[in-house]
Amino acid sequence: MSVLVYINSENGKVAKNALEVITYGKKIGDVVVVTNGSTDNATLESLGAYGASKVLVDRAFEGADAQQVTRLVAKAAESTGATTIIFSNDLIGKAVAPRLSVRLKAGLVAGAIDTPDADGNIKVNVFSGKAFGNVKVNSEMRIIALLPNSFQPEEVGGTASVEEFNGEAGTAAVTVKATKKPEGSIPLPEAELVVSAGRGLKGPENWGIVETLAQELGAATACSRPVSDIGWRPHHEHVGQTGVAIRPNLYIAAGISGAIQHLAGVNGSKTIVVINTDEEAPFFKAADYGIVGDAFEVLPRLTEAVKKFKAAN
Amino acid sequence: MKILVCISKAPDTTSKIAFVEGNTKFDESGVQYIVNPYDEWYALVRGLELKESLGGTVTTVTVGTASDDATIRKALAIGADDAVRIDTEAKDAFQVAAEIAAYAKEQGFDLILTGKETINYNGSQVGGMIAEHLDLPFVSLATKLDVNGTTASLEKEIVGGSQEVEAQLPVVVSCSKGMAEQRIPNMRGIMAARTKPLNVVAASNPEQLTGFVSYELPAPKAAVKMIDPENMDELVALLHNEAKVI
Repeated sequence: MSVLVYINSENGKVAKNALEVITYGKKIGDVVVVTNGSTDNATLESLGAYGASKVLVDRAFEGADAQQVTRLVAKAAESTGATTIIFSNDLIGKAVAPRLSVRLKAGLVAGAIDTPDADGNIKVNVFSGKAFGNVKVNSEMRIIALLPNSFQPEEVGGTASVEEFNGEAGTAAVTVKATKKPEGSIPLPEAELVVSAGRGLKGPENWGIVETLAQELGAATACSRPVSDIGWRPHHEHVGQTGVAIRPNLYIAAGISGAIQHLAGVNGSKTIVVINTDEEAPFFKAADYGIVGDAFEVLPRLTEAVKKFKAAN
Repeated sequence: MKILVCISKAPDTTSKIAFVEGNTKFDESGVQYIVNPYDEWYALVRGLELKESLGGTVTTVTVGTASDDATIRKALAIGADDAVRIDTEAKDAFQVAAEIAAYAKEQGFDLILTGKETINYNGSQVGGMIAEHLDLPFVSLATKLDVNGTTASLEKEIVGGSQEVEAQLPVVVSCSKGMAEQRIPNMRGIMAARTKPLNVVAASNPEQLTGFVSYELPAPKAAVKMIDPENMDELVALLHNEAKVI
């Protein structure tokens, strides 16, 4: 079965979630990747290592305008005859996959966390991570948008052939005026390690101990809703039911009590460490490792322990 | 300016999530429904703010049955001028979007706003689908929205940052945190909502492309392992050897 996988390759770089979707696609069938922009052929050929057999690249446009990408992927689906199309359910996938679903009358499974089962049903996150649903697709074509960090990239060896492709993507109706990407910080939705803190830190001026630990671990920083609501931290760091839902390998929460709305955004994490002065904090029930203690003492101590570990390994 | 805000109901964020009928149906017993927070706090309130500064009307649209009317009245109490309910129980986002698009097609809305996702299905699909049906530009996960003449200026989330974009009206926008502040309806609003028009229109019954066949709850977590706050070396060792995450 031929599977079409869209990846974004902006600035000549291929992000980890692109390798995740190729790995995922390879478990379903023969993977053809479609992308656009100026990423060099050598980088695209290297996607073969993760299971892509062919890469179609449209050099005519850069960026990820939803209408342009929709036209490109629709055209690639037509030319490859693929009946399964895969996206990462990231901010680009969320804008493009719904449009493509309407254009191709292809059922969309958004937020998939597993490969199709024997009946073709696909498991997704629902109720903000408090439950799973199994989705059946009735249409002949299907689109799967894979939740980031649900599948780890796997190298299978090989190189992909790269073909120039005219996706007839047309022009963008939405004009980009400015792009802001803070240097050096790790984007939260993709982060494998996350250090998060809440009101227990008492004020924005105390975030240094959180940032230092995050830096030492190579982790992203996050926060609870009250903290972003009162402006101690930016909104995009808010994880929880009404913020970002994340699934990192490690989530360290300091000074967060663990209200049900917060847990909804993080209970997909593989390992949860909770640091709280209150041993009755509900978050301990959802934790793998718990520390009853003052974040102001525990976080710096943990930073030192991580430093020591890194020096020894 | 004519503004359409898509409103969905969702279980209160503190609801216990359980399933009945062999795990094929959400257990609604004891569940309090609210207006989906993203629809209410961000899409509806920003729509009202734009109406207040630029003039025009704010209409809400909901795909649902009479059981949705209470949450629709809440949106009217917050300040929407009138409401439309498309009378059907949609099975997936594709059906919801097709119904809304079929209604909105001839209405000449300048702005169609949705929340970034519902908190029960988290699909983030309806806005983009409506845009494709109507062949309109779509700005997803917008955190700012202003309108100047016929141009919408927005700020949106992108992977690892944000972007300022512009599009010509009409445009479809999905609204994320930062766009507006929650408004609590006052008594006058609640009284007025009772007599505001809630028009029920017939469904166009599009085909069903997807559906949930079953649900499941996550496996219960193993008991938490407590670590001595003085001994962070032990935690690091466990994270490395046992959890294998660092």
